[in-house]
Amino acid sequence: MDIDLITNILYAMIRTGTPLLIVALGEMVCEKSGVLNLGQEGMMLMGAVAGFIATWLTGSLFFGFLMAIVAGVVMSQLFAMIALGLNANQVATGLALTIFGGGLSAFIGSSFVGKPIDGLEIIAIPFLSDIPVIGKMLFAQDLIVYLSFVLFGIIFWFFRSSRTGLIVKAVGENPHAANAIGLPVLRTRYLAVAFGGAMAGLAGGYLSLAYTPLWAENMTAGRGWIALALVVFASWRTERILLGAYLFGLASILHLVAQGLGFAVSPNLLAMLPYIATVLVLVMMSRNQGRSKMYAPISLGKPFHAGA
Amino acid sequence: MFLKLVPRAEHSRKMAYLSPLLAGVLTLVTGGIFFYLQGHDPLFALKTMLYTPISDTYGLAELCVKTAPILLCAIGLAIVFKAQVWNIGAEGQLLMGGLTASALAVNIIEVEAAWALPVVMLAGIAGGALWALLAAWLKTHFNANEILTTIMFNYIALNLLIFSVHGPLKDPDGYNFPESALFGDASLLPILVEDTRVHAGILFALLAVVIIWVLLARSFIGFQIKVLGLDASAARLAGFKDKKLVWIAMLISGGLAGLAGAGEVAGPLGQLVPQISPGYGYAAIIVAFLGRLHPVGILFASLLMALIYMGGEMAQIELNMPLAITGLFQGMLLFYLLACDVLIGYKIKFPWSGVKTVTSRVEQQ
Repeated sequence: MDIDLITNILYAMIRTGTPLLIVALGEMVCEKSGVLNLGQEGMMLMGAVAGFIATWLTGSLFFGFLMAIVAGVVMSQLFAMIALGLNANQVATGLALTIFGGGLSAFIGSSFVGKPIDGLEIIAIPFLSDIPVIGKMLFAQDLIVYLSFVLFGIIFWFFRSSRTGLIVKAVGENPHAANAIGLPVLRTRYLAVAFGGAMAGLAGGYLSLAYTPLWAENMTAGRGWIALALVVFASWRTERILLGAYLFGLASILHLVAQGLGFAVSPNLLAMLPYIATVLVLVMMSRNQGRSKMYAPISLGKPFHAGA
Repeated sequence: MFLKLVPRAEHSRKMAYLSPLLAGVLTLVTGGIFFYLQGHDPLFALKTMLYTPISDTYGLAELCVKTAPILLCAIGLAIVFKAQVWNIGAEGQLLMGGLTASALAVNIIEVEAAWALPVVMLAGIAGGALWALLAAWLKTHFNANEILTTIMFNYIALNLLIFSVHGPLKDPDGYNFPESALFGDASLLPILVEDTRVHAGILFALLAVVIIWVLLARSFIGFQIKVLGLDASAARLAGFKDKKLVWIAMLISGGLAGLAGAGEVAGPLGQLVPQISPGYGYAAIIVAFLGRLHPVGILFASLLMALIYMGGEMAQIELNMPLAITGLFQGMLLFYLLACDVLIGYKIKFPWSGVKTVTSRVEQQ
């Protein structure tokens, strides 16, 4: 294996892992507040289609990403209204969000399938990007990849050192106690869900505006679901999400690696790898029931009704 | 919030039945507004979607063809959902059923004996059931979340299917199309009504409705499954083997979805193609909730869902709408249902209605 191949694999690993990292970070914040939103896939798809259409119409990638985030937030608040406002089952509501998002995005995007746009450009940082092997991987990426590094840093700090991060965790661990000491449980949860929606929308936008600059029905291909598994894999810890996202990124591009090494394996069989990896990871992380319960927010998925 | 939710003393049975109807009406109204905004006459558009497809014999026959797989998947989901096991994998189990049934059928094309069809159907059931059992095993032995594993198995099944029609199951005389050879006549489901595509699959589905209804309402296994879903610790305390129950529920659910897949390849399709299912397995989740996990309710909900599929196709032809309108209506229906279901457990207190609801609740207690 020559050095160019390794450099390119590492570069592609980061690019492929980035949307996973962004969604999974958002979902982790949401789950820390005690809300399980299974609608990541639906929110990503809406972000992808809204971002693409906005960019197609205006020619502005910035506006596209903005609309992708807005679409994610709007979808997340639809979930919040029903799951938090009306105390509906979070699992069923999240599923509904995914089904609805899939249908709506396919509907509004149907006349934009196959249209080309100019995707987000690579910005190579002088000198740093010339470092052998890791230079291209870390310093010759697009803006959203850099942004994802920053977002990772912020969320890492948020849960480690900030007061607000502590409130989010308190609300997710024991909402009744949090309510008793005057913390705004529902407002915190609405905001956490909105943040998750913004991140999912951004990740969707990354797919349709940077990763593969085009729109196709169901183009997220299960990444929202893989992100949900990533949060379990990471035991709700920020630094492990980073690790997991890039590992899954690597699993998703193994067909390129195989091609580079001259193996002839069916692309459809290799396309299964990220999904198989997800199942294996879930099995490994969940095997020890006591341990996996220890890390999950205690009130995850349970509705909160003040005074109930 | 301008509306206040007041918990009911006990769940309202009436609302449990009214909620799906209310959700249906809200979906129609929203759909109408949506058509209006798209520049269509809303009443005409809704009629095109929901009446025109079944206004003749051919349409009614197609309704049966589309109902069969949805009903089979949804009736199986009724059992797992009752046990609070979230099998989201009916789609993958259906695909695996279609795949295993086809793998067998293309090898017995020359066989004319009567055993061909039952064996093909059994292969489909086995394929779907094993695919579901894999998730059940991971859940009971490794504690892996079944929502995520079954979803992943859906994607894996789809890739396996695409791999198979491009590889081992591709018709050698098929001009390189990604399709299997056409099944032998003895492997095809018999047509029930001449000049239509209605095949025996709908009979399987109706039979499944009756069997599952008896199982849930009259059998000890059904009772145990229901207890497990209501209170898992109570079920364990009563000495029920909870792991075994999860396996049984998944076995039945996966087997029925597998039968649905086998019914598609040996019925209207007659061969294995990449698109066996336009998301029947996902639609079945909506159907199961809409039918209140009750076999009779699910029967009606399946007919409605089949109609929405046909309506989407009709809207594409007649109104120039994208086919994705089907998914849009499905999602809307489920959202409204979940929102309306809040009325089962809560009363809505309007700001102008005073304290009446609160006092009536105190009186009830």
